[in-house]
Amino acid sequence: MDSLQASFDEKIANEQRIEPKDWMPDAFRKTVLRQMSQHAHSEVIGMQPEGNWITRAPTLHRKVILLAKIQDEGGHGLYLYSAAETLGTSREEMVQALHDGKAKYASIFNYPALTWADIGMIGWLVDGAAIVNQVSLQRTSYGPYSRAMIRICKEESFHQRQGYEATMVLARGSAEQKAMAQDALDRWWWPALMMFGPHDTDSAHTGQSMKWKLKRESNDVLRQRFVDQTVPQAEFIGLKIPDPELRWNEDRGSYDFGPIDWDEFMRVIAGDGPCNRQRLAHHVRAQQDGQWVRDAMHAYETKRQAREVA
Amino acid sequence: MDAELKPALIEYCIALGDDSVILGHRLSEWCRNGPFLEEDLALTNVSLDFIGRARMLYSHAAELEGAGRSEDDIAYLRDCREYRNLLIHELPNGDFAFTMARQFMIDVYDMAFFTELMQSQEPTLAAIAAKAVKESRYHLRRSEDWIKRLGDGTEVSHERVQAAFNQLWGYVNEMFSVSEQEQLLIDAGVAVDRSALQQNWHTAVQAVMLEATLETPDEDWTISGGREGIHTEHLGYLLAEMQFLQRAYPGQKW
Repeated sequence: MDSLQASFDEKIANEQRIEPKDWMPDAFRKTVLRQMSQHAHSEVIGMQPEGNWITRAPTLHRKVILLAKIQDEGGHGLYLYSAAETLGTSREEMVQALHDGKAKYASIFNYPALTWADIGMIGWLVDGAAIVNQVSLQRTSYGPYSRAMIRICKEESFHQRQGYEATMVLARGSAEQKAMAQDALDRWWWPALMMFGPHDTDSAHTGQSMKWKLKRESNDVLRQRFVDQTVPQAEFIGLKIPDPELRWNEDRGSYDFGPIDWDEFMRVIAGDGPCNRQRLAHHVRAQQDGQWVRDAMHAYETKRQAREVA
Repeated sequence: MDAELKPALIEYCIALGDDSVILGHRLSEWCRNGPFLEEDLALTNVSLDFIGRARMLYSHAAELEGAGRSEDDIAYLRDCREYRNLLIHELPNGDFAFTMARQFMIDVYDMAFFTELMQSQEPTLAAIAAKAVKESRYHLRRSEDWIKRLGDGTEVSHERVQAAFNQLWGYVNEMFSVSEQEQLLIDAGVAVDRSALQQNWHTAVQAVMLEATLETPDEDWTISGGREGIHTEHLGYLLAEMQFLQRAYPGQKW
């Protein structure tokens, strides 16, 4: 084994972070890039379902919270793109891969945000699930990714709290509002569980990623943690988790839950969820609509520099 | 302050709040639609400033009124004819050039307006104005840069931003015409005499347009009516969207 590989392996074994200038195996570089760009795309595409309610937010206070939250998500996207660029791939290339269908984003954002309650649910469940994953990733072995996670987790936990709070207001509101909240939970619960990915036994990437310490805990471990923390929160505000098999398992000290519809998951991942086409088309359209603006910016900059030289 | 002026002052705060909330709403429509991610976030920032400004003005109006109305009652439970914003704020966003030309025109106006309003005899208005000036200074720096970039960028951007100014020019006069009720507040040292800001506005706007290789529009048509509740047809749709939940589920907490 050559010395570069040996030094890399030693760093991983010793819980040291791999930094951009360090040597790393090509497969490692490729895997981190896939994961980080997917994460960045998720933040940016995730702006769409929430953005769907900005102009209809019910109060000025809620509107401001929602706008600021979506702005945070966009900021996370920017930060993650920059962190991923340390691997030698530009943001433009990553976005192109997204548009070409080569790069993915979290499957959850392919579901529609139909009512105001969905906005609370996205904060509570989607950000809640994201945090469970991201807290674990704070210890990931690629330095820039680890630091991005540490920073992003702080804001995400605020998002999760405000989502839960907005849901609580509905759950304690009128009968119509409570029904709206329950309906949203019914629709978002299973997709939220799917966010953690396939069972460990079926996960294509888990084994190698765990060896590289890119991934610190398995999909099923993280999913269980999410279920265990979320079920009592639902009970506390009087909403019912839409799973007849859900029950506390005294021996495991965890909740047992029913089977996940992996056919649905695979369908959505493959691009055939309710909103995949819409989400991608929106991103492509915004990009195309903005082309003349970016062209103007570059043309002006070129002229300005020429004037400075002259 | 004279108690007789109180209703006029409440109206005044609401009208200024309407300017802010409507423009904030329009800018929020850009969120996830910007020409690139950084600009998307920046537009959202500006939107947040305007909505925040509206909340302060509405809350102050509600407090002066003392009738138990909230900022949300004022924003969400008035129809088109009761809204008092200047028309330029409610125009649909159009393309990025239109949004930025409008923003620039409003930013120049807001800088002058709120700088004056800082001298108001009404301390809360003066304090709100002081905050607004800080924000508008930043907004103006941004929108002015964009006018230069778009005007002196490519042929396409030049044409687009010139067309935007041409379309917007008819909405300028309204920004500087003072109502009778407003005049009472001006005489009391509470409100800003907007008519006195017109000349400097034109000077400032035209200087930037010149640098951006743009021509001052040759447009005689003007329109006004926002402060009297005579709006464009666009406002009704904006309000229908914005007020949907409050109207569909009346009296609920959110």
